[in-house]
Amino acid sequence: MESFDLELPARAPGAAPGTAALYGVVSSGNLEVLVEAGPSPDRCRFHVETSAHGFTDVWQAVLADFAASHRVGGLSFSIHDAGATPAVVSLRLAQAVQSLEAP
Amino acid sequence: MSAPDRSRAWNQEACRRAERLARSARWRRGKEVACGDMVSLLESVLEPGDRVCLEGNNQKQADFLAASLAACSPQRVHDLHLVQSVLALPEHMELFEKGIARRLDFSFSGPQSHRLARLVQARAIEIGAIHTYLELFGRYFIDLTPQVCLIAAQAADAAGNLYLGPNTEDTPVIVEATAFKSGLVIAQVNERCDTLPRVDVPADWVDCFVVAPSPNHIEPLFTRDPAHITEIQVLMAMMALKGIYAEYGVERLNHGIGFDTAAIELLLPTYGEQLGLKGRVARHWALNPHPTLIPAIEAGFVERVHSFGSEVGMEAYVAARPDVFFTGPDGSLRSNRAFCQTAGLYACDLFIGSTLQMDLEGNSSTATLGRITGFGGAPNMGSDARGRRHASPPWLKAGRERSGSDRFIRGQKLVVQMVETWQEPHHPTFVERLDAWQLQQDMDMALPPIMIYGDDVSHVVTEEGIANLLLCRTPEERAQAIRGVAGYTPVGRARDRRLVENLRDRGIIRRPEDLGIDVRDATRDLLAARSIKDLVRASGGLYQPPKQFRNW
Repeated sequence: MESFDLELPARAPGAAPGTAALYGVVSSGNLEVLVEAGPSPDRCRFHVETSAHGFTDVWQAVLADFAASHRVGGLSFSIHDAGATPAVVSLRLAQAVQSLEAP
Repeated sequence: MSAPDRSRAWNQEACRRAERLARSARWRRGKEVACGDMVSLLESVLEPGDRVCLEGNNQKQADFLAASLAACSPQRVHDLHLVQSVLALPEHMELFEKGIARRLDFSFSGPQSHRLARLVQARAIEIGAIHTYLELFGRYFIDLTPQVCLIAAQAADAAGNLYLGPNTEDTPVIVEATAFKSGLVIAQVNERCDTLPRVDVPADWVDCFVVAPSPNHIEPLFTRDPAHITEIQVLMAMMALKGIYAEYGVERLNHGIGFDTAAIELLLPTYGEQLGLKGRVARHWALNPHPTLIPAIEAGFVERVHSFGSEVGMEAYVAARPDVFFTGPDGSLRSNRAFCQTAGLYACDLFIGSTLQMDLEGNSSTATLGRITGFGGAPNMGSDARGRRHASPPWLKAGRERSGSDRFIRGQKLVVQMVETWQEPHHPTFVERLDAWQLQQDMDMALPPIMIYGDDVSHVVTEEGIANLLLCRTPEERAQAIRGVAGYTPVGRARDRRLVENLRDRGIIRRPEDLGIDVRDATRDLLAARSIKDLVRASGGLYQPPKQFRNW
């Protein structure tokens, strides 16, 4: 297991989650993401725990692109990853944000 | 000019054939051989150095004859030259390990690829060449004509007429080359019948047959369980349908066997219908009877399918849809690999399939280190036939795009590679250098084993978008177009972002949003069948999946 934290500037405030929202499942090639309110409306935070070793730089690239293209200000994402590909990571995060906007 | 040499005999091959048959007489009654006598019969007819075709492709296998050949005495039968499509059975490898066979010309060795590589490195086998199916079939008539062929049929009658059943596959081309060049045709059959449902091989082309102790093996290679199709594959299928099938009006096509293309088949009746594509795309197919094609057939998308072989469990469904499939007067499928490969090469406007690795020129390869897998049919399906002359709208549109002007003299087949950017965590699909180059060195091959040449590839589809390589004007643009859809792989991250955005502005790279596709719509709910059981239901109970695909 590898874990790391990342905080990025966020373009626009996201829809505030009333309570924590959980999306996806931890199964091989998949991940689970918990979205909660973060401390600051112009930042977003990520905490990643992943079973795949040696991919921190890929994660940072995926999360930076995600933060730059979605309304995620003031949100905090906790990710439990079981070897999801970057494509699945991007898709799950987009779905999680969408589920906040249109519950 | 000198007079013909009257002392020379011009029928030496026919004489040798007569001698072989005479030697075999005690092991057969008429043409029928008892199971227990097959080894002796083979020892009596085979001569050292003979070219032998032991039938077996990726589906049916002459497995009893393979085991009989492997049981021959290497003192009596040795140094054979095998000329056959596929090395699939352990017995095929045993022939080389025992010295019964020495030389090999073949197409594909999927299941035995590791063992074959070890034999090559131990110099226990001489490989003539690795071919595509059509090349090898072609050479059967030029310089690799079998002296003896060992084939698999469904049934024989007393006279030796053969019924091949739905899995005709390679048999017609093998028998044609052997029987009409004074070779011996020896068949294993599953049953003896008084009257055959139809005659596929006439008795006077057949020398011996044996009723095998068990039916010949058939591999259900083309069955893809929809339960394993992912959302990412659904997304790529949506892009392919909207960005390529609809855009070019692709009516005649061939699909690979992966889950990516199975997703397209299952999206035709749902997403394809929403896009109004019925009757406009995917009407005529060169394809085995894929179970995942059932919903599209039932929905009226598919008008005609010609097949290389059959697929286990699809027999009753195919027989009940004779307007769609090619069937005999008996009602069962007539497949034919040589003709279907020809159809895929010359009569289809699109091939779409997957690969394991692609480089920046668009060359793709399924070769991995330590394995010799060969080619099969993909290089013919996935290539632009330079002998093609008839025009069609997609072929012309692709040719115009490649030429960049309205003055062009040839069209272009659409050859689409559909891949996720990562195979698994440590295996990116996109690489700077293919493993094929290392394999070439390790195995001392003339060329690296490239499955599909980059200059034949028209489009690359990944989860990140579609790259249209036809519109690229320089090798640099082409490399950036590939990097631009290579996602977060090292190759993808080394892109020149400015150049990639320029390619996107010019429509060379198209993202899902450029195609009007919201990635969040890519869910498994779009699949017309989400399980094998759904496929059975869609077929009205006619599809009977093999045991390993039944989980209910």
